[in-house]
Amino acid sequence: MPVSLISSKVIFDALKQCDVRLLSALPETWLVHLIRMADEDPEVILIRLAKEEEGVGISAGAHFAGVKSAMLMQNHGFLASINGIVSFAHLYKIPLLMLISYRGSFGERDPWQTQGGNVTEALLRAMAIPYSFLDRIENVERRIRQAQTLAESSLQPVALLLTRDLMWEE
Amino acid sequence: MLRLDCLRAVYSKLENCLVVTIMGATAAELHSLGHRSNFFYLQHAMGLASSTGLGLALSLRDQKIVVFDGDGSLLMNLGSLSTMARYRPGNLVHVVFDNESLLSVGGFPTATSTGTDLEGVARAAGIPTVLTVRTVEDFSTTVRDALDGTQLTTVIAKVEPTGPAGYVIDLSLVENRFQFRRYIQSLKRQ
Repeated sequence: MPVSLISSKVIFDALKQCDVRLLSALPETWLVHLIRMADEDPEVILIRLAKEEEGVGISAGAHFAGVKSAMLMQNHGFLASINGIVSFAHLYKIPLLMLISYRGSFGERDPWQTQGGNVTEALLRAMAIPYSFLDRIENVERRIRQAQTLAESSLQPVALLLTRDLMWEE
Repeated sequence: MLRLDCLRAVYSKLENCLVVTIMGATAAELHSLGHRSNFFYLQHAMGLASSTGLGLALSLRDQKIVVFDGDGSLLMNLGSLSTMARYRPGNLVHVVFDNESLLSVGGFPTATSTGTDLEGVARAAGIPTVLTVRTVEDFSTTVRDALDGTQLTTVIAKVEPTGPAGYVIDLSLVENRFQFRRYIQSLKRQ
C-alpha cells in the first residue's frame, strides 16, 4: 500500500510535539500508519470511533479536562460530523484540531470518493472554518503547530487537509 | 417514575462528579435543583453527551463522570455505546432517561415506544454492566452503587414523558462551558 510512511511519521511526531495526547480516528486508507503509530504509543490515547461525529464530543471532553486532542478522519467523515461541529464546537467555542484526508481531489481513482472531494473546501468555507493544506513534508511540522495555535487561541475548529501529494507515494 | 425525582434522589451524590446532561428537560430539571460548576449542559448536538463523557473519562481516570442521556439522544448515536464499550472506562456512569418520547420537541414517540430495548442494545454493544430501573429507590441505589463501583455502567431509567414548563435556563451556554472547564482545572491544581 503506497501510503507514505515517512509523511505519516512526520505528522505523528508533529502532533506529539504539540502535546496532543488524545487522538480520535476512524480508519481510512491514508490514515493507516498514523492510526497504528497512535495505537503503539503509550503516551497517546487512541479512540477508534464508530462514526466521526463522536470525535467532536470526545475532543470537547478532552478540552474540558485540559488534554490536547486531534481528530483524524476522511473528508467524508468531516461531512458526517457537521452538526456536531456547528452545534457543539462552534456553539460552545471548543477548539478542534481536525486532520482530514482530502480524498476525491486531483489524482483520485476511486469514483466513490469524487463527490466528497468536490464539496470539502466549499463546506469548510461555508462554515467559516479556517483551513490549510498538508502538502509538502517540510511544511508539516510548522503548519500543524500553527493550526493548533489558532484552534486554541480562537477556541474554534481548524482543519488541515492531508493531500495526495503528501500521503500517497505513487 | 419522574426524571426530576430521580435527579433529586442522587443530587447530593453528584457533588464530587463531573456531570454532562443532554438538552431540554433533563438540563432544565437538573439546573432547577441547583446549578453547580461541575455540571455541563449540552444544549444541542444531540447524541454527543455520551461521547463527551467518554472523552472526559479517558482524560481524567481518577474522576467520576456521570452522563444523563436520553432515549432520543442515544438513538441518534447508538455507535457511541460500542465506542464506550470498547474502552470501557470504569469511572463513567451512563444514565439514560427513557421516556419513549422526543419530549423537548413536541413529544413524538421514539423507537423505544415500539419495542427497541436500549438495555438489550447496550448489553449487546458490550457495556459490561447494564441495568433497567423503574422506581426512584432502585434508581438511587443503582446510580450510587455504579458511582462507587469501578465498572462502566449504563442505567436505563424508565420515566414518564413529562418535564418542566420551559427549557431555557438562566445560564449562557459559553458561561457554563468556561465555568465547567475552570472547575476541572481547579481540581487538577489541588
